[in-house]
Amino acid sequence: MAQINAVLSKFYNDYMSKTSKKLKVIDAYLFYILLTGIIQFAYCVLVGTFPFNSFLSGFISTVSCFVLGVCLRLQVNPENKNQFHGISPERGFADFIFAHAILHLVVMNFIG
Amino acid sequence: MSQAGSKKGAVSKLNKNAAINSLIVFVVLLLAWVAGFASRLFAVIRFESIIHEFDPWFNYRATAYMVKHGFYNFLNWFDERAWYPLGRIVGGTVYPGLMLTSGSIHWILHLLHINVHIRDICVFLAPIFSGLTAISTYLLTRELWSSGAGLFAACFIAIVPGYISRSVAGSYDNEGIAIFALQFTYFLWIKSVKTGSVFWAVSAAVSYFYMVSAWGGYVFIINLIPLHVFVLLLMGRYSNRLFTSYTTFYILGLIMSMQIPFVGFQPIRTSEHMAAAGVFALLFAVAVLKYLQSMMSKSEFKSLVIWGGLVSAGLVFATVVGLTYAGYIAPWSGRFYSLWDTGYAKIHIPIIASVSEHQPTTWFSFFFDLHVLIPTFPAGLWYCIKHVNDERVFVILYALSAVYFAGVMVRLMLTLTPVVCMLSGVAFSVILEMYLREEDSTPAIENEEEESSQNPKRLYDKAGKVPKIIKHESKEQDAIGQNIRSIAAVVFVLLLMLFAVHCTWVTSNAYSSPSIVLASYGSDGTRQILDDFREAYFWLSQNTADDARVMSWWDYGYQIAGMANRTTLVDNNTWNNSHIALVGKAMSSNESAAYEIMTALDVDYVLVIFGGVIGYSGDDINKFLWMVRIAEGEHPKDIRESDYFTEQGEFRVDAEGSPTLLNCLMYKLSYYRFGDLRLDYRSPSGFDRTRNAVIGNKDINLTYLEEAYTSEHWLVRIYRVKKPDEFNRPRIPVANRVIKSSSFVSKKSTKRKKGTIKNKPVIVKGKRPAVKLQ
Repeated sequence: MAQINAVLSKFYNDYMSKTSKKLKVIDAYLFYILLTGIIQFAYCVLVGTFPFNSFLSGFISTVSCFVLGVCLRLQVNPENKNQFHGISPERGFADFIFAHAILHLVVMNFIG
Repeated sequence: MSQAGSKKGAVSKLNKNAAINSLIVFVVLLLAWVAGFASRLFAVIRFESIIHEFDPWFNYRATAYMVKHGFYNFLNWFDERAWYPLGRIVGGTVYPGLMLTSGSIHWILHLLHINVHIRDICVFLAPIFSGLTAISTYLLTRELWSSGAGLFAACFIAIVPGYISRSVAGSYDNEGIAIFALQFTYFLWIKSVKTGSVFWAVSAAVSYFYMVSAWGGYVFIINLIPLHVFVLLLMGRYSNRLFTSYTTFYILGLIMSMQIPFVGFQPIRTSEHMAAAGVFALLFAVAVLKYLQSMMSKSEFKSLVIWGGLVSAGLVFATVVGLTYAGYIAPWSGRFYSLWDTGYAKIHIPIIASVSEHQPTTWFSFFFDLHVLIPTFPAGLWYCIKHVNDERVFVILYALSAVYFAGVMVRLMLTLTPVVCMLSGVAFSVILEMYLREEDSTPAIENEEEESSQNPKRLYDKAGKVPKIIKHESKEQDAIGQNIRSIAAVVFVLLLMLFAVHCTWVTSNAYSSPSIVLASYGSDGTRQILDDFREAYFWLSQNTADDARVMSWWDYGYQIAGMANRTTLVDNNTWNNSHIALVGKAMSSNESAAYEIMTALDVDYVLVIFGGVIGYSGDDINKFLWMVRIAEGEHPKDIRESDYFTEQGEFRVDAEGSPTLLNCLMYKLSYYRFGDLRLDYRSPSGFDRTRNAVIGNKDINLTYLEEAYTSEHWLVRIYRVKKPDEFNRPRIPVANRVIKSSSFVSKKSTKRKKGTIKNKPVIVKGKRPAVKLQ
């Protein structure tokens, strides 16, 4: 137990010291979406999924926002520079916007 | 690419090579498009510009409806002329991609004031899309191997018979555009895996959406891509690029695929789609573990990654199985079971097995459809395995799964064809590069080699080109013997020529004969057109009531609806097995039992296809055993397949055939009055040319039906079902009929006299009370 605690605290310290501010902003955004997702999930367990398409579109849009956020974070992260050739942070952000535009068009159509 | 020509002159030598390259690519692709388009036109040139096959008639009818009534009315279209008395919700039970594509082409052309009839767009849609398929195959192969291999693949797919079989002009079917969507989705997927860009992944998802809207085969994509990701994970080839591309593709593809009404909630409810969700979760787990590992950089995490991955995979699998048992997720559908267990359909679902496209493929048809590509594609596969990387894993999996599926069902030959073309393109490109390379290989000469080998479709240029290459080679003196080089080059070019000849021959002879118009050749080579189908359908549309209900076997349902515009009971959209079984039962029981079913279903006309006069083998008697089997599946008490065989277990229509067969409705309708017909002097009367037998029951009387129409070559026979008050009465010639006179003559007096009624009430005209005033 103590070992896990130690590992976790080391992880926390590492995170605070090594992660750049830009990434922390994205992480906060991701955390917020995660909370939204949890609330939606609790709602569907407690209340039900009656307008199923509305529930699905809401939940999937949360998941996709999360996914796109993670993708953005991966592409912006300077450590991954060598993995994403030719994708600058600006390009990553443009892709992010593009994907969101399409996603929300579809979600609007599906939510009914 | 089109800009290449204009750029060429201005720039330096380095750019000049690139410009020549792209010019060659452009020209070759253009030629591939033209050749592919032209070789699909046999049917239109020989016959005319109409929809030829059975299924496309529905697509055409739906497209015409959409163009006339608009898209939203099309989505809400309830077709009461199909599946009488059930009707069919067309908007919700159709893949609308095909209709939307041709509808939007029609709309754009009309916007430009080019007044093309929607029928012509439908007829030429598949040939036009074959060019787009060639281009996307080029792009995909270029990503996988090299530009040269891509050009080979594009030329192959433009003319390969396995793809032409589904995309000739006039076969207006989903597959025609779906193969393009398939290849294009794969290209975008590979592109996104390579770059890790969200943009390409989103494009792949959009292209996947188009594929979902076009063809049920989208399930192949949504299983193959997760399989690719999964295998990459197993090989330890996880990268952040893989994560971004797959997660984006999956989640957007998921919500987009649910926009198609026919697909609905299936992507989260059926087992076919669950593998993709499982891989999505797995990828997330791996990504989290990788992240932790990178943050903490501890060696224990290496084992943790593997264990965590395995545990989460197991968890996901267990959840899927649990949900399937609990009923949240539908188990695999029958068609998919028949993919794994080839005997499954035959035992459980005769209607799937009855379709000839669902039969296992023979070796012959592999060679027939793919010719030289079949022996060369394992070589390409081997090269891909030898020089493996992320995207080549994909093409390996694609090839292996497609080979398996093509072996199971003839129809899935279509998914095998593109990958075979790609891998053969790789093989040919490697081989020719090896034998045609010069020591100081300048790119320009390489290109010329490519171009010259690109000419399989331009047969007549070939003879001039071949010696030129050899001459070129003969200047060089190098390691591989000059003779071996030239021999190898000539052999492979000859192979390609043979391939082109074979493709043209197959296309012209096997895949361009429409099923709606038949042609026969006389002994002197003259061609006779048998236009019985259209003749009979036109008769139906002119001589029957507008709401008349026509019973036929389901193969002809779409045609009757499309051409004769009459209500049908069953059609090619075989969604309701029991309804089809009822029709099968009516066809296979005796006349009085059939009459009960027909009155229950309000049948007015019965249409049968009979090929005994002209020797047409696809007629209803040859399909009859499937009707019996399907009927037996639903009504095992009334119909037994064994009753229709002789004691030796043979299916015979002659005098030795089983009495049940000789008295069933289908037999009677097919052979009614046939016993009196002598086709030529050598054969006896009632000689069936299709089955080479004299029919067993020459003296057929119909009680409940009467012959309404028989087409010129007896191919289509239509019978009218009598109303209950009509049958069992002798027919009286018109001259002898006594018609009741309308005037009534009293017995008592001969004079015509008006009758009077006693105590006739007397009407007294009263006055209106004057209360109203004031």
